[in-house]
Amino acid sequence: MTNSSLSKAFIAVIKRDLTLALRTRSEIANPLIFFVIIVSLFPLAVSPESGLLKTMAPGVIWVAALLATMLSLDSIFRSDFEDGSLEQMLLSPHPMPVLVLGKIIAHWLVSGLPLIILAPLLGVLLFLPYHAMPALLATLALGTPVLSLVGSIGVALTVGLHRGGVLLSLLVLPLYIPVLIFASNAIATSAADLSIKGQLYFLAAMFALALTLAPLATAAALRISLR
Amino acid sequence: MWSFFHRLASPKHFYRFADRLIPWLGWSTLITFIIGLYLGLIVAPTDYQQGESYRIIYIHVPAAWMSMFVYVVMAIAGGIGLIWKMKMADIIASSAAPLGAAFTILALVTGSLWGKPMWGTWWIWDARLTSELILLFLYLGFIALQSAIEDRRTAANACAILALVGVVNIPIIHYSVEWWNTLHQGPTVTRFGKSAMATSMLIPLLTMFLAFKLYFATTLLMRARVEILERERDTTWMKNMIMGSDE
Amino acid sequence: MKAFFHMGGYAMYVWPSYGLALVILLWNVILPMQRKKWHIASIKRRLRRAQDEK
Repeated sequence: MTNSSLSKAFIAVIKRDLTLALRTRSEIANPLIFFVIIVSLFPLAVSPESGLLKTMAPGVIWVAALLATMLSLDSIFRSDFEDGSLEQMLLSPHPMPVLVLGKIIAHWLVSGLPLIILAPLLGVLLFLPYHAMPALLATLALGTPVLSLVGSIGVALTVGLHRGGVLLSLLVLPLYIPVLIFASNAIATSAADLSIKGQLYFLAAMFALALTLAPLATAAALRISLR
Repeated sequence: MWSFFHRLASPKHFYRFADRLIPWLGWSTLITFIIGLYLGLIVAPTDYQQGESYRIIYIHVPAAWMSMFVYVVMAIAGGIGLIWKMKMADIIASSAAPLGAAFTILALVTGSLWGKPMWGTWWIWDARLTSELILLFLYLGFIALQSAIEDRRTAANACAILALVGVVNIPIIHYSVEWWNTLHQGPTVTRFGKSAMATSMLIPLLTMFLAFKLYFATTLLMRARVEILERERDTTWMKNMIMGSDE
Repeated sequence: MKAFFHMGGYAMYVWPSYGLALVILLWNVILPMQRKKWHIASIKRRLRRAQDEK
């Protein structure tokens, strides 16, 4: 097994998942629409008053991002599990964690990246100050990959179950709390014109930890679920 | 010594071992609880700041410690079951989960009961209570996953992975909650344990802690015993043992 | 004695804590005991039935 064939397989997995995802566009679009709707419910439910919305904006955007990610998570492995290609992956000579990482990256590209692109728009809707926009983008850029990585463990554990949806959120949401705390706080701090280096370092550390450990855990969980 | 541990890995020997140990553990739990309660409720002096209400800590703090400890036990047992495919380790992990959840609920409710006279409200987003709440979510996720998967071995292994992921996450969650808490309300003045405690108050606490530990060991073995009965009911050794005890 | 149960006015908070602890701790002892009894009885029942059929 040479290195180049491994990296080829890795890229092939990403490409394959991206083509599949682009073929069923609604699966990409639906969580995004959900994201926008959730955020726009808050002014209607609480108050359209700009001062209140401004303080709530970081939290609301991040909670909505968590929920939108939850909705799209299932698509990482579900269809591959149903058509048997996941089993093929397990049988392939390539190390499973690497292939799993490829699938997670593909998932992030179709679910996390669009969230980042949409977020500033929602920031405007919630009167988030413009100088806090870079912080919003930075936390989403560091945080959403963690959501995809940690979420993949939960999906791998529940993929064989018929009604895994609610269970998945029960397993994964508590693990998202640290990201939520640091990310929404970073945006609020930045809106108050203070330095957010500490929060970003912490998010980056969580990203690094999730990047190294989550593919291993996910691969192990898939092996168990497919037994 | 090593062969002793090896033998414990078999449900049959574990069952016998548990049968012999449970009465001893049970009685020492009861005695330790009585001593701890006597020291905590009668001997320990009244706190000059919190009055008698501080006596709740003799339940709350051990329960909170145990809730974390049990999760670690669960993850270690799960990991052993995952790596060495030991059936007994799986049984221990699944027996520990409901106990841990019970300790967590106890810690939450007593924390709230202590908080009412201290803070004036039933709930406050205090770092310790918030961490306990998230820990309860983790326990509930573990139990839900376990009951969702029908095959026993698959359930045990899947839960082991979840517990290991949880154990990596607990320090991160704990730290982030503490950080978030100090940011939003400043360090809480009335916190358990942090301020130097008088020895007369500390000794009952440690006694109660020991009692909780013994209690956990007892109930863990009891649960594991039931679990073995359930899983091994079709084996010959089980039939022989049960019919043997009949005559 | 009365002062002991009064708990310096905090009886309303102290005793429910201890009461709840008692309930939860006892529950976790009684439940496995009963389940053990039930399992042993059911295994015995099955064995007897198997013997009768022979």
